Formats: sequence, structure tokens, C-alpha cells
Amino acid sequence: MSEFPPFLLFFIAALLVGVTNGLARQIILLITPVITGLYLWFGVDSGANVTFALMDYELTVLRADKLSLLFGYLFCIASFIASIYSLHVKDTKQHVAGVMYAGSALGAVFSGDLITLFIFWELLAISSVFLIWARGTERALKAGIRYLVFQVLSGVLLLAGALVYFNKTGSLAFDHIGLDMGIAGWLIFIAFGIKSAFPFLHSWLTDGYPEATVTGTVFLSAFTTKVAVYALARGFAGEEILVYIGVTMACFPIFYAVIENDLRKVLAYSLINQVGFMVTGIGIGTALALNGAIAHAFSDVIFKGLLFMTMGAVLYRVGNINGSDLGGLYKSMPKTTVLCIIGALSISAFPLFSGFISKSMVMTALMAEDYGYLWLLMLFASAGVFHHAGIKIPYFAFFAHDSGIRTQEAPLNMLVAMTIAALLCLFIGMQPQHLYALLPWEVDYWPYDLTHVLTQLQLLFFSALAFVWLNQKGMYPPELRSVNLDMDWFYRRLVPNSVQRFVIILSDIRDSLLATAVASIKGVKNGFSKYSMSKYYLAESWPTGSMVFWISAIFAAFLLLGISGALKQ
Amino acid sequence: MSDEKEKTYFFDRPENVKRLLKGFYAVCILLVVIDFVVHRHTGFDWEKIPAFYAIYGFIACVVLVVIAKKMRHFVMRKEDYYDE
Repeated sequence: MSEFPPFLLFFIAALLVGVTNGLARQIILLITPVITGLYLWFGVDSGANVTFALMDYELTVLRADKLSLLFGYLFCIASFIASIYSLHVKDTKQHVAGVMYAGSALGAVFSGDLITLFIFWELLAISSVFLIWARGTERALKAGIRYLVFQVLSGVLLLAGALVYFNKTGSLAFDHIGLDMGIAGWLIFIAFGIKSAFPFLHSWLTDGYPEATVTGTVFLSAFTTKVAVYALARGFAGEEILVYIGVTMACFPIFYAVIENDLRKVLAYSLINQVGFMVTGIGIGTALALNGAIAHAFSDVIFKGLLFMTMGAVLYRVGNINGSDLGGLYKSMPKTTVLCIIGALSISAFPLFSGFISKSMVMTALMAEDYGYLWLLMLFASAGVFHHAGIKIPYFAFFAHDSGIRTQEAPLNMLVAMTIAALLCLFIGMQPQHLYALLPWEVDYWPYDLTHVLTQLQLLFFSALAFVWLNQKGMYPPELRSVNLDMDWFYRRLVPNSVQRFVIILSDIRDSLLATAVASIKGVKNGFSKYSMSKYYLAESWPTGSMVFWISAIFAAFLLLGISGALKQ
Repeated sequence: MSDEKEKTYFFDRPENVKRLLKGFYAVCILLVVIDFVVHRHTGFDWEKIPAFYAIYGFIACVVLVVIAKKMRHFVMRKEDYYDE
């Protein structure tokens, strides 16, 4: 049965979505992820392998094992929820892009070789950028181009790495690669690193995601970084450098998140922070840590999607998502408020919510491998998540001071999508054994013991206490209309400005050289005109045109002589 | 629109906010008290400090906010900084 690559269902659906509209299109949008999910669950077994030959290469378009299947299920759930959330959208382009994007993510996680992976890697980039451009603003257009440059660069590095890898090993199979491979390993590593938003390579995410459409950001938050996490887990599990990269990713964005005003950008920073936990788990490389990383990817797609959906609903209703302009929305959007709080508690890893059962695996794995100081930093990051995503997001949007904005509750389809996501957060948090059963490695782990629950509650409640205390003392930084400089400053400001300055300097140099040359020629002329010979015709300076004429005349004379000589013989 | 007086919502009443905060403080105190009553297993030495997680969580967040506020001096620009 499992001969049919699942991404094809999505690509066919994308075609159909493009030519239909109204109810027919809505039905296609909804049933595609359901059918694909059921097909993956019942029809594709672990170990399925579908290949076909293209020229000399053998391309594996379906390689199923527990790792790829888990991501497959996750992407079907995510695309189902996002489809419900975007049912009201009329824009064909966005729907086609969304379905293509989800399909490319499925294609990528089921690719068994690096070339197939590369193809879907680039399709992810190209389909997703339309979700940013669809916003229609000039800012979105420019941000989309910057986003695309990063994504395509990542693809180019992946292709280059794949070719070097093939040259070295004679194989294109996408299994464990490792950094011992030398240049090939590093090229692929950086390609994956760009897509998983490694520090210094992360600004495409915080720059692009907040500029996308209300519904587009929900799609974006689910797929690109999680495909990259999958790829890292497959190719670079146990590379210790990932532990340090992951801890950095978990720590630095929370500072930005505290002072950022655009609440969807706050969520983008917290997305990097959460991916940091996954990357750390992959770097530790033990079965518990890898399972933790994968489980956290699963929880994160759903709770981060939920949070982006609630902020999208606010943006949709109010037309603004700046913390400085919002507040008091619980009065007019009470359901969205409750759903947002569920998402916030999940991302903060409150016991009984989904983040708790997955993040604690990574923390426990860090402790088991005796990474003392890094563990402390991750605990700092955990407290920080609660601070900026758990409290700041709901507080500044729905409570804080009353902004006076009175609007409507989110549309029904958005409420349904958010409710499904919220229920999943609770289900995963309360019944984690079902998710654990799907994890690729054998686990003997149970998150709910007294120590764990107590310590996590202490950490979170006292983080909240710090928020309350700082707020009452007036020390909490107010939300300000502003933009904060990040890595994108280098290519949005430093490089363009330097290039501009360089061009100005070059033109200055040209001007002064020209002036010097003209002046010195004049000087020579003046000097020569005082000389007695200067009155003869040939001593004058001739215009270029007359020189060309005389040279042509001489050449013509030579030519004639040559021809007549040849004729005589 | 302004004819009818707007409904008073839950947090419009200061006493409700006070009640919520009191409940919150009570839970915080309770969590620290429990720490002395029950035995929790520890992995690192510093976890043996009484109420370690509570203290760490509080300090972590204050440090986070203080540093982030300082960061504003260096990284914050006007909203239209990149649009010029």
C-alpha cells in the first residue's frame, strides 16, 4: 500500500485549490490533511521505502521510519488546524502557497536522499515567501525578499554540501552525516543551521514572520524550523557543538522578547528560544534527549501555532498588534483570551500542559549528562519564556491598561482552530503516554513526579512574582513604539550604508583625479603656447576626430598599396 | 453609543485585582512551605539550597528585565528606522 509519497496528495490538492473556490475549495483544504494523516497512520509502515531513478541517481521520495512518521503526523495536524484558521481567506494565492508549503514540509521529512531533500528544501522557501508577500505592504515585500535570500542561500549550501558528500562517499543517502565529514558536513550543517535559525543566522525569522499575513504566520511557525530540527536530528545527532548553539538560542532571544513591541515578533523570538531547547536535545544525543527534542517539536508546533493564532485574531480584529496600543481586550474577546492563556501556560511548561512533558525531558537529559552550568542557563531560559511569552503576551494584549478598544470576538473558524489546538495542548500535557509511544527511541520517562511538579511550579510562580513586583515598582520596561536592532541591521543598514559611502568616496576620487588631469593638461598647453614653435600648424593640439581621420587615411593608403601589389603578382 | 453606561468588567474593580494578587501570593508562600515539608530528589549540589527554584526563578526574571532595559539604550530605534 505505502507506495505513494504523501506530499503528492498535498501537491494535487494545491492544484485543485487553485482552480476551485467557495465551498469546494474549503472542503479540499480541510480533507487533504485528514486524508494524508489517515494514510500515514494506517497505510505507511515504518520501513517503507519508495525510490525511482533519475539519470544516474536514485531518488528516495518516501523513506518512512518512526522519526519521519512522527513529523508527518505533526505536519498533517498543523496543516489541518491552519486550514481551519484560514478558511475565511478569499485569496487564492495564499491558499495555494499554504498547501504547497505544507506538502513540501512533508516531502522534506520523508526524503531519503540529499537531492530530494534539497528539492523540497527549496520548495519550502519558494512557497512560504508568498505567505509573507500576500500581506501586500511594501514592508512585507522587502522582508519577503530578505527572507527568500536566506532560504535560497540555505538551499545552495545544502546542494553544494550534498555534491561534496557524494564525491567523498559515493552515496547521497540522507542518514547520519556528522561534522567529521569535513567540508561536506559543515556545508550541510550550516544549511540546516540557517533554517533552524542558529544565532547570527536567525534574523530572517524575526524579520519575516511578523510581516506575514494573519494566517500566513500560523503556517510559517509550523513548518520551516521544524523541518530543520528534523534534519538536524537525522544528520547531526550527538554533535556537541549543538548543545552550545542550542543554549545560546534559548537564552539570547528572551532579552529581545522582553523589549519588543510587536507581539507577533515577541512570538518569533520565543520560537527561536523553543527551537533552542530542541537543538540542545539533539546535541546531547542520548535517547532521552533526542526523544525530548522531537517531543518538544511536537508540542511546540501546536502551542506556538495557538499563540500565533490568538495574536493573529487580535491583528485581524483590531488591525494592530503592538503591545503599546493594545490592552483590555479580554472585555471584547474573552474566548480568545482564554485560548491564549492556555497557549501561554503550555509554552511556559506548566504541569498538565504540553510544554511540561517535553521540555522536562531535555532538562533531565542535560542533568543526566552533567552539563551543570548549561543546565542553569536553560533554567534561566525556562523562567524567561514564562516571563515574555507566558505573561507578557496575554497581559499586554488582553489586560494591562484598558486601551479603550472595543471589538468583536474572533470569527468562528478561528475560534474552532484555536480550540482544537488548545485541547491538543491539554491532551498532550495530561496524557503524554500517547505522544511518548510515538517517539523514535525507547523511553522510560515519566514527567509527573513530586519533585518535578513542585520545582517547576516554584520556578514559574516566582517568575510571575518577579513580574508582579517589577510592575508594581514601575521597573518593568513599558511597551514603546520602536524597533530593536538585531542581526538584520548588518544587511539592512550597515552594508547598504557602507556601499553608499563607498560609492560616494569613489566618485569623489574620480572627480578629483579628473580635475588634476585637466589642470595639468591645461598647464602643459599654456607652457607650450609660450614656446616659439607653437605657432606652426602641426604643433597645435589636434582633436581626436582629426587624428582618427588621418590614421584611417594612412591605413587606407597601406591597404591600396597592398592590394595593388598583390594584383601585380 | 455613550448613552448607556458600559458594563463594568471583572478587572475594572480594584478589589478583584487585589483578591487575585492575594491568592497568588498565598500560592507562592505555600510552594515555599511545601519545599520544607516534602523531600525532593536532587541532581546538582545547588539544588539542595532550600527553595532553590523559587529563588532562582525570581532572580532570573529580575536580571532578565534589568539587562533587557539596559539593552534598550543600545538597540532601540524609532519605529520607522528602516523605512527612511
